Amino acid sequence: MSTLNIVNKSPFEKRSLDQCITRTSSGDALLLIEDAVVAAVSGTAYDAPLTEAGQNMKLYVLEGDLAARGFADSEMVNGFTPVDYKGFVALVAEHDRVHSWL
Amino acid sequence: MKFAILVNEGPYQHQASDSAYQFAVAAIESGHEVARVFFYHDGVNNGSNLTTPPQDDRHIQKRWSALAAESGVDLVLCVAACQRRGMVDEGERDRNKKDAINVADGFRISGLGQLIEAGIEADRLLTFGD
Repeated sequence: MSTLNIVNKSPFEKRSLDQCITRTSSGDALLLIEDAVVAAVSGTAYDAPLTEAGQNMKLYVLEGDLAARGFADSEMVNGFTPVDYKGFVALVAEHDRVHSWL
Repeated sequence: MKFAILVNEGPYQHQASDSAYQFAVAAIESGHEVARVFFYHDGVNNGSNLTTPPQDDRHIQKRWSALAAESGVDLVLCVAACQRRGMVDEGERDRNKKDAINVADGFRISGLGQLIEAGIEADRLLTFGD
């Protein structure tokens, strides 16, 4: 059973990303949407923890939300795959469960 | 695959209404079914037909109503959340002796049972909120 974890708040504002990455199991996936996309930009305090988390699970970021915040051309943390909304839908269908970390 | 969506946040507040809508459209375009969108807490304000956003802005309520008309998505507003926030349909107007109606086309007021049912019947239930 695999879980798609969705985080929508910046880790510099809320603790949901920290709570998520310490509670996932291998084979899970993480999708960053809305304000959480800032965590996928390299060079912040979340670069190392997310690179490490990426060893056990796949990392995705919603590219439209990244572009809306001006980070479209920025360098991303290693291991992140950008997806559009159809990619988002496919991820939800692929995994057995979805968990929105609100 | 059958999807159900839960929206817990009001329109134009942050991004949940927009994310939920974009997801629903992409799901339908990908050949999936979006059986129901359940609006809870401030999310019920998505269904108010009294909103008039600027012309160059997206009209969140009309966008949902169009989705219901075109794709048969069941848009359900939580009754208790509606009563607290002044969202009124014909039944609620008569029951609570109000003098107006503001629930838009395609939306209906019902109870939490509709959320539970959506969770049971859909393959995936996805939550958008703050």
